Amino acid sequence: MLKSYFIDVKGILHDFPILSRKINGHRLVYLDNAATTQKPLQVIEAVNDFYLKHNANVHRSVHTLGEEATELYEGAREKVASFINAGSEEIVFTRGTTESINLVRFAWAEKYLEKDDVILLTMMEHHSNIVPWQLVARKKGAKLRYVGVDKEGRLKFDELERDIAGSRILAITHCSNVLGTVNDVKKACSLARKNGVLTVVDAAQSAPHIRVDVREIGCDFLAFSGHKMLAPNGIGVLYGRKEILQEMDPFHGGGDMIKEVFLDHATWNDVPYKFEAGTVNTGGAIGLAEAIRYIEKIGIENIEKHERAVTQYCLETLSKIEGLLIYGPQEAKGRVGVVSFNIKGAHPHDVATILDRNGIAIRSGHHCAQPLMNHYSVPAMCRASFYLYNTLEDVDRLYQGIKKVKEVFG
Amino acid sequence: MSSADIYKEIILDYYRNPRNFGKMEKFDSSARDSNPLCGDEIEMQVKFEGSKISEVRFVGRGCAISQASASMLTELAKGKDVEWVKNLSKDDILKMLGNPDLGPSRIKCALLGMKVLKQAVYSYAASKTEV
Ligand SMILES: Cc1ncc(COP(=O)(O)O)c(C=O)c1O
Repeated sequence: MLKSYFIDVKGILHDFPILSRKINGHRLVYLDNAATTQKPLQVIEAVNDFYLKHNANVHRSVHTLGEEATELYEGAREKVASFINAGSEEIVFTRGTTESINLVRFAWAEKYLEKDDVILLTMMEHHSNIVPWQLVARKKGAKLRYVGVDKEGRLKFDELERDIAGSRILAITHCSNVLGTVNDVKKACSLARKNGVLTVVDAAQSAPHIRVDVREIGCDFLAFSGHKMLAPNGIGVLYGRKEILQEMDPFHGGGDMIKEVFLDHATWNDVPYKFEAGTVNTGGAIGLAEAIRYIEKIGIENIEKHERAVTQYCLETLSKIEGLLIYGPQEAKGRVGVVSFNIKGAHPHDVATILDRNGIAIRSGHHCAQPLMNHYSVPAMCRASFYLYNTLEDVDRLYQGIKKVKEVFG
Repeated sequence: MSSADIYKEIILDYYRNPRNFGKMEKFDSSARDSNPLCGDEIEMQVKFEGSKISEVRFVGRGCAISQASASMLTELAKGKDVEWVKNLSKDDILKMLGNPDLGPSRIKCALLGMKVLKQAVYSYAASKTEV
């Protein structure tokens, strides 16, 4: 197994026992990382350790366990904050990207959006950055407008420049979960700020793979999910600029989000607690902090470069296959390790099934991006997506698997 | 396990050359459904003579399993009584396909045609029932 210039894959493979599993008689090649990543032992043990030794409800109990749990939970918040260069009070823990975006919808858009306001989206958004906006637009009589995608799978920035002026919200993905395209969110947010437009950045596919710095990007909100970056399911993050979080309404009502409760009204707790009603996912937050430690130990820049090498190799290898069409940018520059493709004559689901028979896990379907599927006039695509534990050898296995698909469907 | 456990020659044959593919000008009932997992789509049109199916055709797009299954079902259903359709089960469809080794998500692809045909039959019955 490979020791690449940037990551000692052989050295970290022990951390991921699941990757030594045999699937249908073959060593598992896991290429569905854009859907969710595998968890290293360090993360699993950190979560275990919490439940075995420190479990208590946070922010409530003054006994020792209560203090320990609170310390671990708030420590996790600090870890996340420093990972994206934010302040701790700007980090709200959520269930994931979807809940983070819905929080903005309920706590900001429901309060401030007005009739005929425009919400500017892009054609490459995940459903979780489309549907919440459709719902609030319908309720408030606001309008949706979409920035298009060009033939190469890049955002039509001239359309963004044209439409930003009349908009109220810009909701934009940092990296496409289908095309892999990295959008220049810094430039987009700078344009938005000049025009007084609120910015919501979906970092679900960027935070695990490339450096994300909220100060540098200059966004108002940024959302990502723990499970796509080595952490457990059910924990995610909403970053919000402090001044904006302060002026917003709460999201859910309940315990821990209040300062004082009277019979007919209540006053809100400080940020970020105002947005974390009820008992929180302490174990998840601790797991996420450990995942970030793991990523930082390897170095996010090393992860980015390693994945770029694997991606470039994948693009070159797959482009040799006749009848195989790759969507999105055709070179690894300006993209992350998500490679979507179709094979002439074979439906993506049949491709995925045959690959699975050979131990290779890819995703097939519409990838929660139906507007983008319609843009390419296809119902579905195959998608291979990489993470720090994937190697060129995995790409070779994918290539051999696709050869088998072509034997059946060629 | 090899690909041959699923992609038996008969399935590939019906996928490449679907029988009863296309639309009819006139029909008594129709139904359409899709599988959100893979976006498979099947639409069937049915003609009846009394309680028997006299003709059934389908259009659709999607994976080999869904399209082959729908096509084979149209062949089997022709001349059968509506009761036969109502009694169709998952096992009948898997048997028709030669018992391929399908996981829980791919089984939905195989059953889409049956779901649509049943809907068409029940719609027809409903249209004949007095309120
Ligand atoms: C770009 C993008 N945004 C949002 C999401 C939704 O993330 P989650 O399901 O963790 O809320 C995903 C995950 O599939 C994604 O890829």
